[in-house]
Formats: sequence, C-alpha cells, structure tokens
Amino acid sequence: MKSFVFPEFHIIRDEAKCGQCRGCERQCAFGTHTYDPVQDRLISDDYKCAGCQRCVVFCPKDAIEVRPTQSPYRQNASWTREKMEDLKKQAETGGVILTGCGNDKPFRIYWDHIVLNASQVTNPSIDPLREPMELRTFLGAKPDFMEIKSEGDDVQIETKLSPNLTVETPILFSAMSYGAISYNAFRSLATAACKSGTFFNTGEGGLPKEMREQFGKCAIVQVASGRFGIDAEYLNCAAAVEIKVGQGAKPGIGGHLPGEKVSGEVAATRMIPTGTDAISPAPHHDIYSIEDLSMLIYALKEATNYEKPVSVKIAAVHNFAAIASGIVRAGADIIAIDGLRGGTGAAPKVIRDNVGIPIELAISSLDGRLRKEGIRNRCSIIAAGGIRCSADVIKAIALGADAVYIGSAALIAMGCNLCQKCYTGKCNWGICTQDPRLAGRLNVDIASLRLSNLICAWSHEISEMLGGMGINALESLRGNRDHLRGVGLYEWELEVLGIKGAGE
Amino acid sequence: MPRKRRELYNKEICACSIFGAMNRDGERFTGAGVMSAIANMHVRGNGLGGGFAAYGIYPEYKDYYAFHLMFTGSNSDAKRSAKQDFDVFLCENFDVVYDEEIPHGDETAVSDPPLVWRYFVAPRKCGDEANLSDDDYVVMKVMHVNTKIENAYVFSSGKNMGCFKGVGYPEEIGEYFMLDRLYKAYTWTVHGRFPTNTQAWWGGAHPFSLLDTTVVHNGEISSYGTNRWYLEMYGYACTLQTDTEVIAYAADLLMRRQNLPIELVAKILAPPIWNSIDRMNEKERRLLTALRMVYAPLLMNGPFSIIIGQSGKMIGLTDRIRLRPLTAATRGSMFYLSSEEASIRLISPELDSVWTPNGGEPVVGKLNNMT
Repeated sequence: MKSFVFPEFHIIRDEAKCGQCRGCERQCAFGTHTYDPVQDRLISDDYKCAGCQRCVVFCPKDAIEVRPTQSPYRQNASWTREKMEDLKKQAETGGVILTGCGNDKPFRIYWDHIVLNASQVTNPSIDPLREPMELRTFLGAKPDFMEIKSEGDDVQIETKLSPNLTVETPILFSAMSYGAISYNAFRSLATAACKSGTFFNTGEGGLPKEMREQFGKCAIVQVASGRFGIDAEYLNCAAAVEIKVGQGAKPGIGGHLPGEKVSGEVAATRMIPTGTDAISPAPHHDIYSIEDLSMLIYALKEATNYEKPVSVKIAAVHNFAAIASGIVRAGADIIAIDGLRGGTGAAPKVIRDNVGIPIELAISSLDGRLRKEGIRNRCSIIAAGGIRCSADVIKAIALGADAVYIGSAALIAMGCNLCQKCYTGKCNWGICTQDPRLAGRLNVDIASLRLSNLICAWSHEISEMLGGMGINALESLRGNRDHLRGVGLYEWELEVLGIKGAGE
Repeated sequence: MPRKRRELYNKEICACSIFGAMNRDGERFTGAGVMSAIANMHVRGNGLGGGFAAYGIYPEYKDYYAFHLMFTGSNSDAKRSAKQDFDVFLCENFDVVYDEEIPHGDETAVSDPPLVWRYFVAPRKCGDEANLSDDDYVVMKVMHVNTKIENAYVFSSGKNMGCFKGVGYPEEIGEYFMLDRLYKAYTWTVHGRFPTNTQAWWGGAHPFSLLDTTVVHNGEISSYGTNRWYLEMYGYACTLQTDTEVIAYAADLLMRRQNLPIELVAKILAPPIWNSIDRMNEKERRLLTALRMVYAPLLMNGPFSIIIGQSGKMIGLTDRIRLRPLTAATRGSMFYLSSEEASIRLISPELDSVWTPNGGEPVVGKLNNMT
C-alpha cells in the first residue's frame, strides 16, 4: 500500500564536502543512506530518517544536515500534521501507534513557572566554594521518635532504625532495564552511580550476575509484574528493592520486550528462553488490592532480612496521593512517583500523551497529603518524570520530594537525542538496542564519565542555589515552599503547588 | 477569578539583641539589671518589639499553670469580647485559681497595647483527654486558643514563670509592666527586636514560649518552611507569624516530649557538618548520623543565636556556622548570655570568665540545687 505520510526530516548533503566515505551509511541502522557505486555518491532517503542526528555528528566532513520538515498541509489548528499523519499510519496498518521517550505535548511545565528565592541583607547568602554545603540525603522511613539511653556521656540509641539509602546528591538514575537499553548503557549508569555516591535502578530486566558484586551496592533492584530475573541473590546484592506498579509514560499499561531484543545475555539475566517476548502484564497478578501490595512488600523485606528499604513506584494519576498514603501504611519505605512526562522505551502513543498528571503538582499534593496524615517521616519521596536540569531538582525538593530520578536526562548525557524510536531496537547511539554492532558504539568509560560529569555539574549548581538562599544543608529546603514563588499561574495551580505568587 | 484564601506561610525576619541572666543559686532578683543591659544594645533593635521571660516569679502559685493572655482588637469592647470568648473556653477546660489584669503603666506610653491578663489554672481533664499528661493537655488547649479563638493569644503558659512582651523598645516594655519593681526571678531573658518585613504586633514580639520553655532569638530561620511542616505533624500550630516560634516548639518536642538531653538537642538544631561527623569515631558517628537522619527537618538553618529558658535552666546556642553573635560569662553564681559583651560588663564589670561559644555548641546554665 502506498503510504501517504510525508517524511518528518529532510536530509541535506553538501556534495562538495562529501568524501563518499560511506560513514553515514554505516552509522544509520534505519538504512537512510545508501551508496550508489555507479554515480559514486550517497543517496539519502528522507522517509527512513528518524532524526537522531547520529550521521550528522559523525560525518568527518560535516557534509550532512538533518532538518525537521515543514508541514506540507494547509494550516489547521485542530487537524495538526501529527494528528493527520498518525491517523494515516493507522489507516495504513490498523495498529496501535508506538513511540518512545516521554510526553512531548505542550502541557504546562510548572518548573518554568516557579522561581527560587535568594538571601538579601538579613540572612547572609553562603558561598559554596568557601563554606560547607551539604547535599547528603537519606531515603527510607524515619521513626516518629528516637529513644535514647544515656549514662553520663555514653549515649545509646534504643530505637531500631529502618534501613535507609544514603545518597551524596539527591539525584538517582531512573529505572531502565537491561533489555530495553544496551548492556553498555546499563553498565555506564551503574558505573556512574557508584562513582557519584548515588544509585541506579535496574528496571525490571534483572541485574547481570557478573555486575552484582561490583555494582550491587549502588543498585536499586526492581520487582515488576513480569518478575524477570528475580531470585534471592538478586534481591540481596542490592541496596534497595523497588516494586514497580506504574510508570509515568504509560500508567495502567504493562511492558513488552519483543523477542528480537531478547539476546542470550538478556535471556539469562531475565531468566527466560532466548528470543521469546518478555511481557510484563499491566497489573501484578498477585496484587489486586492494597493488602496484596502489603504482602509483597513484607515478602521482599523477609527475603532481604529487613536490611533494605523497599520502594514502591507508581505513576502520578488523579487520586494517587490517597493511594500513596495507603502504600506508606502498607509498609513502603520510599514512594517513587513518576509524572506525565516520564520516559519509556516503548509505549502506545495515545497513552503516553494523554494519561497521568504533571510531576510538579503530584509532588506537592503527595507531600501535603502525607504531612496532613502525620506520616511524612515514614517514607521518602523520589520524584521522576521530566527533570531536565538542576533547577528542576531543587524545585522538586522545595516542593517536598526527597530526591529525584532522572531517566531521559541521563540518556541525553550519553548521546540520546530523543528521536523517540527506542521501540525499534535500532538506536544508532547504542543506547536503546541489543544489536551488538550498535550497542558496541557506546563506550562505557566515556558514557559513564559523561553521566558522572552531569551529576557533578548539577550538584554544584544545586549548591550554588542553596547557598544563595542562605541554606547550607539540603534537608532545610525539603518541603520548604517558602522559597518558591509562582509566575503566570492560576490561583488553583498555586494552591495545589502550595506556593505564593511572585511578589506575594 | 476571585482570590481565594490560600494557606500561606508568613514568617518574619529579625536582627535583634538578646540577653540572659541567671542566678545559679536560685536567688531571685528584679528586672532592673537586665533592663539596663538590653537598653545598652538599643541600636540593635528598632522599637518594634521587646520582651522578657522571667523564671521563679510566681512562688505563691508555683503549682498552677500561669497563662498570660493577650486580647487584641481595635477598641476596648473588641478586646473585652475576645476575653469573654476565651473565658468561656477556659472555664470549660480548666479550674481557675486566680486571675487578674497584668499590672501595667500608662497605656499612652506604648503603641496600641492589647488587654493583657493572667490566669492561674489547673487542668480539668475529662473523657478521652484524661489520659493525657497535664503538659500535653495544656499544649493542646493552648494550640486550640491560638488557632481557633479570634484575637486571643496565650503567650505564656508555664508554671512559676511568665513572659512579658509588646511593641516598643524592651526597656519601654519593661517599664510598662514594671518589671524592675514588681517581679523577682532567678532567670531573666530579654529581647530587643529589629523586624524587617512584617508589621509589628504585640504577639509577634519575643520571647516565644510553650509551657515553661521560652526562646529569644536573633536571626532568621531559612529552614522555617521545613521546620514548620515537621512540627505541624506533631500538633504544633504555628500561628504567631514568626520563625522564632518553631524553635520554641522544637525545644518542647525534643526536650519535653522526647526527653532528649540539651546536648543532643543542640546537635539536632545545629548539627556538625558531615565532614566532621565522617571523621568521628564509630560510636559518635553512628549517633550523630542517626540524629541528622531522623531529625533532618528540625535542623535550624540560617543565622541565629538563641537563648532558651526553662525552669532551672538557661541555654545559649548559635547556628552551626555562627553567623550571629553570642557571648557567655560567669561571675560567682551569676551566668550571663548576651549578644554583646559590653552589656554584661555594664551590670557586672568584673567577670570570672567570659567566652564566645563555638557554633552549634550549647552553653548551659543550671540551678545548682535542681532536683
């Protein structure tokens, strides 16, 4: 059937510069560029281009330019190009439209409507280059009271403290599974997490055996509905266990790793036969209620001898705050909430673009809810989904999060350009693929350095902003909405965020 | 869209003078000395607030909670009506042993004074509340009054102690309440205020108190929003629109309800930095790490020096990087804390020792015969 869809990108090749080295041809897994020996020149097929910019970056002659094409259609506010072309694709295939990465629609980004405070006169701002600036954060349950027994100078802690994760900076790598991303990408995240004093999350694809000893101490291992790769050793080698209930990119939807991506190593790690589809059902089939979740939380605590915090990750949806409060009472030590703009390796586009609520509002309402119930100290909140820079991190913390997960930001640091073709398994950057030829492009040393540089840079920036507010420990900003003001927000939005308008 | 009333935080910022004097033998003395000491730091305030806490002033009623009430309003009828509302509530919940208007001088000497009344009361607990301790019961009722009864504020609620405060220079407030003539205390703490961002009102002056814990404070608490939500979870309502209130409540929560010694409380309010903690021996490190982990929301961040008063105790503390001044001194049984040494020297030219405490290290004076 002839496709009526126009190409999204236009490839411009400067023939004067092109040396016919065929590098672009090798770089593109989508087969965009082909060499014509008769003409001795490279031909590019716009229809195949994903816009990942790999060939542009790696062309030794800088001969290639890839530009998004203008809409060829008559302008129409309702029938946008995207709507028309999605519809055409469905008319041509009869299928669900898949996509990758996070929601790219222009929902209000609250981060960009929130401004931070700074000290003037009455409270000296602090220079982080001269004074200590503390970002260390503990993730896990804290008791209401700490009983101590003191005899003279000898003080003993009587209260049994829950296990907590210690992070040196409040930025963790979000769940991205081995299988969805390449081994090298996975290992780069692990390496950078360990180096930066933070944690990476294995996602639901297990943790390769050879990585456990070295990287287990900075791993949060996930238990998801597919139960892939879970055994006692997997749980016990890690620093924490996370039950994944939902994901911001696709709340209410399971996962599907196609058989083509299930290589021998992925299969061994996931404990499934090579080449079979790895399907994570939408719900956990042993969790149909909060009581069931509580049983799983305690089963995991039993399995890990109550030595590791158990996190529960849910997508931020309409009534999630009440559910999260139930989850805390069910025994979770950490609640990870994933907002509307959270990323994914594959999701139905209609779900990614239409389900869930923005993370900024979610953090505020969850923090507020837990405070009102007097149980905010009984869990930590990790916010995920749409954290783009250090300012987003610090605003998330002032709104009430304890730390954040970054996913897309980490991938971008490694080279991702958010082309949204993750689900094809043809990632030219070697990140979201199991093709050994592509995956080998990602150098673990370089990618992990780029990641640890990112964490280092953001931590410095967070220190600068904290110091400017006259605060020298991050815990004093947590839930401290005094230091935030809204600009250009409606009254209801300010109210949900719990912040004043600028100038108030 | 009409503006709805959101729950907004209000806090104010002060740069101030603080002074404390304690006779560790328990001998009581008038407020004349501390009034002249604080007057010596006149320029650290701007006349928008001054106040005193005095311990040991009501020996004849020492077994009863002494409530000091402030009734505000635009005219005397409004103040009286606030008092009537409060009296109804009080009689339902307490047995009142004695009450009177707190004696004061010429009302025209100060700006817009509220009606200030004192009650000596005993809790009358019934129903579920019978299980509460007297102190918890009083805290609950004080929070109720301060949040629910309009224009009535309990600003002092301990036994055998009391706060006196208002809008004016502290020496004027002392004069207004005749502290140099009517009262004798073994501990006096004083505050002269320089508020920078809110309108002055009588309830906003220092000290802030709950039961017998009082706080006078110089500085700004940048962590106010964080401290506040944590304390609210434990039932403390922050109503007085100032950051100092949270220190009083934190001290009450940690010292009275959780029974932690002041040395540990200081490590919660102004903990050592991680760099130091990480270098301590295993045992200390574990203790301090646990304290910082559990009580992170009670870290008081930002510049401060405070004097905490309690029955039989006076404690001085500065923030961990010491951004506000505090000087401690002793002379015989006298123990002094002050923003400036000159004020101490003014009333006690000869001192046995005088020193500047390190940031985050509490200096504690205790009654010698304390049981």
